[in-house]
Amino acid sequence: MTAKLIQGYEVVIGFETHAQLSTQSKIFSRAPTAFGAEPNTQACPVDLALPGTLPVMNKGAVERAIEFGLAVNATIAPRSIFARKNYFYPDLPKGYQISQYEIPVVQGGVVEFYLETGKGADAAREKKSVRLVRAHLEEDAGKSLHEDFVGQSGIDLNRAGTPLLEIVTEPDMRSSDEAVAYAKELHKIVTWIGICDGNMQEGSFRCDANVSVRKPGGPLGTRREIKNLNSFKFMQQAIDFEIRWQIEEIEDGRAIQQATVLFDPDTGETRAMRTKEDAADYRYFPDPDLPPLVVAPEWVERVRSEMAELPRVMAARFVRDYGLPEYDATTLTQSKAMAAYFEEAAKASGQPKLASNWIMGELSRRINAGEITIDRAPVGPDKLATLIGRINDGTISNNAARQVFDALWGGEGTEVDAIIDAQGLRQMNDAGALEKIIDEVIAANPDNVAQFKAGKDKAFNALVGQAMKASKGKANPAQVNELLKKKLG
Amino acid sequence: MALTPQDIARIANLARLELNPSESERMLTQINGFFDIVEKMRAVDTSGVEPLAHPVAAIQDVALRLREDVASEPDGREANQRSAPAVERGLFLVPKVIE
Amino acid sequence: MSQLHDLTVAQLAARLASKDVSAVETARHFLARARAHESLGAYLATDEDVTLSQARAADERIATADKAALLGVPMAHKDIFVTKDFASTAGSKMLEGYRSPFDATVVCKLAAAGVVTLGKLNCDEFAMGSSNENSAFHPVKNPWDTSRIPGGSSGGSAVAVAARLAPAATGTDTGGSIRQPASFCGITGIKPTYGRASRYGMIAFASSLDQAGPMARTAEDCALLLSAMCGPDPDRDSTSLDVPAEDFTKSLDASIEGLRIGVPKEFFGEGLSNDVRSTIDAALKEYEKLGAKLVEVSLPRTELAIPVYYIIAPAEASSNLSRFDGVKFGHRAKQYGDLLEMYRKTRAEGFGDEVKRRIMIGTYVLSHGYYDAYYLQAQKIRRMIADDFQQAFRQCDVIAGPVAPTVAWKLGEHGNDPLADYLADVFTLPGSLAGLPGMSIPCGFGAGHMPVGLQLLGNYFAEAKLLNAAHRFQQATDFHLRKPEGY
Repeated sequence: MTAKLIQGYEVVIGFETHAQLSTQSKIFSRAPTAFGAEPNTQACPVDLALPGTLPVMNKGAVERAIEFGLAVNATIAPRSIFARKNYFYPDLPKGYQISQYEIPVVQGGVVEFYLETGKGADAAREKKSVRLVRAHLEEDAGKSLHEDFVGQSGIDLNRAGTPLLEIVTEPDMRSSDEAVAYAKELHKIVTWIGICDGNMQEGSFRCDANVSVRKPGGPLGTRREIKNLNSFKFMQQAIDFEIRWQIEEIEDGRAIQQATVLFDPDTGETRAMRTKEDAADYRYFPDPDLPPLVVAPEWVERVRSEMAELPRVMAARFVRDYGLPEYDATTLTQSKAMAAYFEEAAKASGQPKLASNWIMGELSRRINAGEITIDRAPVGPDKLATLIGRINDGTISNNAARQVFDALWGGEGTEVDAIIDAQGLRQMNDAGALEKIIDEVIAANPDNVAQFKAGKDKAFNALVGQAMKASKGKANPAQVNELLKKKLG
Repeated sequence: MALTPQDIARIANLARLELNPSESERMLTQINGFFDIVEKMRAVDTSGVEPLAHPVAAIQDVALRLREDVASEPDGREANQRSAPAVERGLFLVPKVIE
Repeated sequence: MSQLHDLTVAQLAARLASKDVSAVETARHFLARARAHESLGAYLATDEDVTLSQARAADERIATADKAALLGVPMAHKDIFVTKDFASTAGSKMLEGYRSPFDATVVCKLAAAGVVTLGKLNCDEFAMGSSNENSAFHPVKNPWDTSRIPGGSSGGSAVAVAARLAPAATGTDTGGSIRQPASFCGITGIKPTYGRASRYGMIAFASSLDQAGPMARTAEDCALLLSAMCGPDPDRDSTSLDVPAEDFTKSLDASIEGLRIGVPKEFFGEGLSNDVRSTIDAALKEYEKLGAKLVEVSLPRTELAIPVYYIIAPAEASSNLSRFDGVKFGHRAKQYGDLLEMYRKTRAEGFGDEVKRRIMIGTYVLSHGYYDAYYLQAQKIRRMIADDFQQAFRQCDVIAGPVAPTVAWKLGEHGNDPLADYLADVFTLPGSLAGLPGMSIPCGFGAGHMPVGLQLLGNYFAEAKLLNAAHRFQQATDFHLRKPEGY
């Protein structure tokens, strides 16, 4: 499909995401990385760049970079280089940031996801893939606090030296929807493999979006970079605002100036940051304190063998082993918990498709509604399996099953069978009792019988209804039909 | 090639060094004097030569040593800030940072 | 019995071990001498209480028959090494009164071997200089002629040892900062292979060149001290190599019969002054008498080492010194408006001229559009220079030549001509760029009866061979025992 145009403009979006890696210690020092400590109590001499200190690389950070590379089918560079990015800023203790410049550890790769388009009847899903340029290791900076210091800022360097993986895409996205879908998929990957806690409020997963617009087929427009988008909601708002703003500028005959902008959630607008006049000249050069990072093939293979099954691999397995449609498989692998719930229910019930329907239907509806997470759901996979079993062996109807599910969820009971009996939901499978009811119904409704015999099918349905009513809904409708036909033969 | 006063001003700004006019002038002469001897170096044909970062890499591979991911640095804030010019409530104070 | 301050480290260690003299006595004696000769400007910091409590601790260890090699031996550290108990300034106003929360690894290792710290020694600011005139506090005078410079950047270290204000001292060598002052002051110093000694706690000048080493009166003392200083530092320094510490004293006495000494013809060009040339020639003849064979070798890129070094070192320094911004430690300007002005004034006030010059050169060569032409080109020629040495070492075991083209010059002589200092480094820079171990040993006297040092360069990790060659020379000569009048 060709990208949808906005006022005749094509939108071009690329992403740079900073994912804080879930290590115990910092990337180049042994200080802890925990969030929220007292200012500068987790900044050791190395993090503060005290005279004489030197960086020593954290193996855990490299290992996580390798895991990410494998998760997105990227190349793991056998030899990569740490460089110094030189600039003065109070939250940058050394006056340079150690990052990877010319040769990053993760090269290439791709992120694939489904993009939901349209609503209701014309809802559709489109498979998208965004190419990655690279993912490189670098150190985070500290924080400047501007509050309650008249005319001054307070610098907290606890965050300085926290390991980051900067993940850079090609400008492959064509709408804010697509951009957000990419960001959500990337978030899913890093949290799924456990290299990042994904906490956007605490800044563990920070996205910068490079946005530009152009006439279709024309050269790339000048991009503006929206910094630190720390929620998916703001991400969409910010990008949409930026797109409209750029189109208006161009329509009004103004050229877009390359800039870094911030999104203000209160106004819903983006505004250009104060530019450092020499920001362009970072004087990159290989860090003489750090020899080349060498990753042996054996290491990559070991990491591969120890890695958790990836969502897309697991989805493929669900299709193969449980005969699920691809849609079900992808939906059920949105989170590790949901996938685990499904596998348990499917195995216990032996009815994968039914389990999938219930999880994607009743269960998801309630989870999305309430604050509860799937692993804390009052109806566990074992209960759901039992319930599915009861539908299967004809003990209860689908409608009755929903009532049982409600009861379990609402805590009115904990055992499926107990609830079925307590609420008298068991289907009447005793042919004798049913025949009696049907005979009574025929006797009590001569008109309907006559009309039926005269060829009015509606009359037959009326009789079925009467019979079901008389059985207080416990009769099996199929059986009722069958018996009635026989008797009215 | 010789540096201009504009170069000196640009570099001094990059390096965050305030130079008064006479310093800038002296700096310009001295640095240009130095770059005369640098010209010899620029003329050398180095095609196909790998740069040498860690000297011992001239005879053997030198790879980055990795440390286990263990957090073992205790809080040393008091000692670490002993020589800090301006600290309040554990924070380093600087003139307002505008973003 | 000769006076305490005339004893070598080896002799002193023996006396201390046999309790002929106590560590406290010894420390007191040297502190008194340091005070008496304050006018030389060697020391930047002493603290009697700290030193004496360390000495008392050493005496207690001696009492428990602790066999640490240097137990109770007093020593002073170049002020490039950070120390908890003394201010660490790197000879810069920027760090005046700076207190490090930790000790440099080399300082820790020497302390573990029993060394008692006498204080901190003067040096060129951030180790940038060849005359010690770049110290922000005061120059250092050469005890052989107090109107002359002691060399640099480890000038305070060389003078403290030469004037018997300390039995030994630590130094650092980036482009010759151990070898050149050792030569100018008539003492013995060694810079090990880059990566042998930990750089942790050495205030960084040029990361890919800086190395720590001992400065003492004899090769034997250097061997003792170097054995204690070296060894990998996996937790603190990524550039330190996984080469186990060695006992460099083991092979000191080995015969040098048949030792092939390479003499690089480029070290004997017209740049070399005649007094130094003849002294070096005599030393080489002495080696022949000891059974060594002289082989002419070539280091064709010797002169290129000057621009290559003065691109690489300032480039790395410009980045290493960015941390001195008035935010976390050290000097901050009193008067400033906004953040930018705070930076610019702080650094303008805190750094001296030579440091500013090198920051400017380094910033320029790394700046946009110049990196390939300068820094990258320099790093490539650096490899060619290292390869030239490997060529030479196919024909010889060690390389010998002058340390510097002249003897120590007069204070202020190079005045406002930094280039003159740069050019005088020509013989020490090639070995530094290649990261090779190098020594200077006293081998005679030149103009103005000023000491002349013989430079010995070895292949990577060949420190033991160098020290052996130096020791044999010192067994046959007495230049290393001479001392300036009045000390």
